[in-house]
Amino acid sequence: MYAYDEIDRTLVNERVAEFRDQVKRRLSGELSEDEFKMLRLQNGVYLQLHAYMYRIAIPYGTLSSDQLRRLAHVARRYDRGYGHFTTRQNIQFNWIKLAELPDAMADLAEVGIQSMQTSGNNMRNVTSDQWAGVAPGEIEDPRIWAELLRQFTTLHPEFSFLPRKFKIAITASDHDRAAIKIHDIGLRLLKNEQGETGFEVLVGGGLGRSPFIAKTIKPFVHGHDILSYVEAILRVYNQYGRRDNIYKARIKILVHELGIEKFAAEVEEEWLQIRDGALKIDDGVVEDIRSRFFYPAYETLPAMPDELKQAAHDPKFEAWRKNSVFAHKVQGHAIVVVSLKPVGGPPGDATADQMDALADIADTYSFGEIRVGHEQNLALPHVRKSDLPKLWKALDAIGLAIPNVNLVSDIIACPGLDYCSLANARSIPIAQEITRRFANHDTANLIGRLHINISGCINACGHHHVGHIGILGVEKNDEEFYQITIGGRADEGAVLGTLIGPAVPYGEVADVVEDIVEAYLALRAHPEELFVDTVKRLGVEPFKERVYATR
Amino acid sequence: MPLVKGGHIIADEFVRVSDDAELPAQGAILVSEARFLAGPDALASRSSGKLGVIWPNNRDVDDLVPYLGRIALIALVFPSFRDGRAYTQARLLRERHGYRGELRATGQVLRDQFVFMLRAGFDAFDVKKQADADAFAETVKRYSVFYQPTGDGRLSALHQRLQLRHSESAGL
Repeated sequence: MYAYDEIDRTLVNERVAEFRDQVKRRLSGELSEDEFKMLRLQNGVYLQLHAYMYRIAIPYGTLSSDQLRRLAHVARRYDRGYGHFTTRQNIQFNWIKLAELPDAMADLAEVGIQSMQTSGNNMRNVTSDQWAGVAPGEIEDPRIWAELLRQFTTLHPEFSFLPRKFKIAITASDHDRAAIKIHDIGLRLLKNEQGETGFEVLVGGGLGRSPFIAKTIKPFVHGHDILSYVEAILRVYNQYGRRDNIYKARIKILVHELGIEKFAAEVEEEWLQIRDGALKIDDGVVEDIRSRFFYPAYETLPAMPDELKQAAHDPKFEAWRKNSVFAHKVQGHAIVVVSLKPVGGPPGDATADQMDALADIADTYSFGEIRVGHEQNLALPHVRKSDLPKLWKALDAIGLAIPNVNLVSDIIACPGLDYCSLANARSIPIAQEITRRFANHDTANLIGRLHINISGCINACGHHHVGHIGILGVEKNDEEFYQITIGGRADEGAVLGTLIGPAVPYGEVADVVEDIVEAYLALRAHPEELFVDTVKRLGVEPFKERVYATR
Repeated sequence: MPLVKGGHIIADEFVRVSDDAELPAQGAILVSEARFLAGPDALASRSSGKLGVIWPNNRDVDDLVPYLGRIALIALVFPSFRDGRAYTQARLLRERHGYRGELRATGQVLRDQFVFMLRAGFDAFDVKKQADADAFAETVKRYSVFYQPTGDGRLSALHQRLQLRHSESAGL
């Protein structure tokens, strides 16, 4: 994780003091709700169906064990003993009281986490690959750049009142785990011919009512120029982004209406005027930030330790290992994904007790570090392979050795109508029912990698457009209906899913998913052909026939 | 609405002249962009008093650039505090076009935007609420560190750290 220096600490403490004053003025009536709304949104506070919701940023998905313990403390002290990890490397608490918010914020600030700009029309939490720094084949650690961008975006004096929210994601691996193509700005780290670090810059991706896959605006921007280039994009957007219609205010619409070439030309013209200005950074700045990141001193360990060979005889351990343990850049080590998707549970929730226990586990087995991914799962990034059997037992003891990572029951879902004031339909109970249908691990394993994404309304917080199976809740005559898409994906080959037919009622969604999965099992060319590849090969027709033949 | 300039509430020396009213013989005047653009040279060379222009947030400031040296006040507009276009206009006027006259924030100007506005280059504030104007001096002290460099002269974190590195290496 990045360790705050005195400047970072001072800024966060000043923010807490400011928010305390704002809450005081709201409670005294000095501020109207309309005036306060923007201020609380700038600090991650929403008013939901039942209570205030508090969203905290986990920049680039990296947490220390102490930070996770402090989140557990907030869950216990100010909320109802649990938190919800979101698709944007945030955690949300759903039952927080306004008068206690400044205290919660101050408690978090003590360990260097905060909630600035986790909502509102500003630059949101900068996200990255949750395996950054440990993934094999990664070009370099993208979190250094994500941190530079975090600082650049925090309390920006020009871009804190944008036409609409603005999300930046960054990856440095061939396999894109940060879903950069569905962000307002996506950055793909690469090296030029001289071996210098830079970025392919993509712009205008986003889901919601009008989904777009981001387009490349510039194939290479040198790392030294990345802040000025991002500033140029934001400056064009701040001036010309639409403010007359909230549904057309995202940068994707501006890019779409102008066309990428014209938009790129506007940005280029602006950028040329500022690229050699105060935002230019040098290697010293980059190294300064890098030096504040924690990198473990790995031991030299065997690739296949005896402990692992012995544990392989236990089928339950093997079932977990095969789905949860991933290759690490250092021999003898592994990345372990901790699924937050228990059968019948709400996706992405963790209790305060689980968070505390996982923090202890991270101290013992992962150099005190935890990662948060957009799939709403956690990961332990530095595990010795020889520790895997012990780690598995420790996770199992707290209900977190769920062997379903990347399988059909590893569902991404928004909070939906159970919590959210924007939702048209419930998401969580749909997810819970689907996990019950596929509770049999052997069946789920037979199906293989399959991502289901559920959103309770068109705002698409559950990223349904890019789910292998996407489920979107809509309202028809006061009843919950669900549109089903298939064939979407969020990775480097990002593509939007295709609608298979008319929406189906709440009670039939799980049946439809089962029908689609059965059709896939019958249609796939061979067991290694993933669901999403079968859809690509055959199109939606055979799935549509199967689903609607009897409906 | 109280006007804050130089950290204090002061009387506004500029008189707002509507588009169809006759120009006063002397004194500082504030006119709309439409009136200004209808005869900018005549207005700008008026010898009997300062000129101020209200510039809307949906028009490029480029159109103002030829006259900047003869304009004493530019009033930029926040129709709602949610509409942040004037922050960009302010920075462009100050940092790119070198405008040194008064840059006034008008419209829905509230306490919690003061720091952003100062950093963008505003130096005068047509504050909506008396209580916010009274709290100006205290509010602008809320922050002592800043991540982004702008043209306001405050040291950004990037450069603070750079200086720190240099002083450390000099001490070796």
